[in-house]
Amino acid sequence: MKKSDVPQDKSSLEAGKHKELCYAVDDKGEYTTAKSSGWQPKTIALDNAIQEINERIAKAKARVLNKETSPIEYYMELHKMDIGILASYVGLFKWQVKRHFKLKKFNKLSEKTLAKYADVFEVSINQLKDIDYGN
Amino acid sequence: MEINFTHHQTAHCENGVVSNLMKYNGFDVSEPMVFGIGSGLMFCYIPFLKVNHAPAISYRTMPGQIFKRFAKRTGIKIKKEKFKTPQQAEARLIENLEKNNPVGLQVGVYNLVYFPDEYRFHFNAHNLIVYGKQNDSYLISDPVMETVTTLTSKELDKVRFAKGAFAPKGHMYYPIGFPEKLNIESAIIKGIKNTCRDMLAPVPVIGVKGIKYTAKLIRKWPKKKGVKVANHYLGQIVRMQEEIGTGGGGFRYIYAAFLQESSKILNNNKLAELSKEMTVIGDLWRDFALDASRIYKSRSAKDDAYNHVASQLEVIADKEEAFFKKLKKAI
Repeated sequence: MKKSDVPQDKSSLEAGKHKELCYAVDDKGEYTTAKSSGWQPKTIALDNAIQEINERIAKAKARVLNKETSPIEYYMELHKMDIGILASYVGLFKWQVKRHFKLKKFNKLSEKTLAKYADVFEVSINQLKDIDYGN
Repeated sequence: MEINFTHHQTAHCENGVVSNLMKYNGFDVSEPMVFGIGSGLMFCYIPFLKVNHAPAISYRTMPGQIFKRFAKRTGIKIKKEKFKTPQQAEARLIENLEKNNPVGLQVGVYNLVYFPDEYRFHFNAHNLIVYGKQNDSYLISDPVMETVTTLTSKELDKVRFAKGAFAPKGHMYYPIGFPEKLNIESAIIKGIKNTCRDMLAPVPVIGVKGIKYTAKLIRKWPKKKGVKVANHYLGQIVRMQEEIGTGGGGFRYIYAAFLQESSKILNNNKLAELSKEMTVIGDLWRDFALDASRIYKSRSAKDDAYNHVASQLEVIADKEEAFFKKLKKAI
């Protein structure tokens, strides 16, 4: 890539005024560095990933409101986690976390276990139990 | 306390931490030099490691390898520590800062509050330098950022003890011994040989063979996984290629810059020629990213569109195969 071709597309990064460093070739063929404000294919890829996450969050929320799953699944998606990551944060096995998605199990959880989840998601236990809390 | 540390922005975090720590200690080593000597360039398809619900593809070696190899090959001694509790981790950090020793940390990205929200995924192999503490804030030199930044002790604890794959467990590292003169020449040769060996490895998911394998998978994705998932996976490949985390900063260009710098140090013209060739390959990777992004932007998932980008990858694989065979002979 030539230095003059280093992309200066608009990206979400521009909002934070963040520029990235790139390696590119100058007119003499020597490698040098240049700052880039963003590149469209990259922005598209990122937007795509964010959209995917938002869809997952919306789906989880609908399932919680339909009483098909516990709020834990919603908060997990909200924090861009999967079951493996959540399990390691709360210090439980994956199968245990999966069980806590079941409303029957969730409603019987001890304060101690609920506190673990609430702590990871940075909400109070009341917020954990009611996803519309405060909304 | 604040160490008199100069922040230089780099394209990639691990190279950046090493290069900046070297510069602090009086050795002017560029980011591409660190990357090349540490044999950072790689391609690996990791089916069992999921990032954001899609398979991970790495365009670089495992986290920590670049520093480890760089140190070994240039004759530097490094100390690496992991901790059981945040208290121990913080105590040792402060101990080093008091001794005027800036340290490298491996951290999780998700809770790095100074990153744009969109960039905050659960990925635990980011690297940064801590060079001081003022009141309750640690002074942070994150090499991918333009300027220095800060994190409170609570925020720093969180990223140092992030959970999941590659959990850092407070991982901290810093050089403790330097030779009088770095063995740059022999280190370059060892670095290049290692990269050629990796890229030409007879393992299906690694190096040139890994690129070919990924191309094959791309052809199958629309039928096997459906349009939505196929698009998501393809997006992930581009994201990993172009963003912070496993890829980022156009590794092929960094490698080309390394070969150009090395050709001068070793007085080897072939390396300068190969640097140009790698630049062309880097451009091909960018063309691939551009075309792949068009597919999932339009959300059209015609099989021929997938076949087209798969073929692009196969061309890249062939070019890289020829390239690394030549590079192996050039040194």
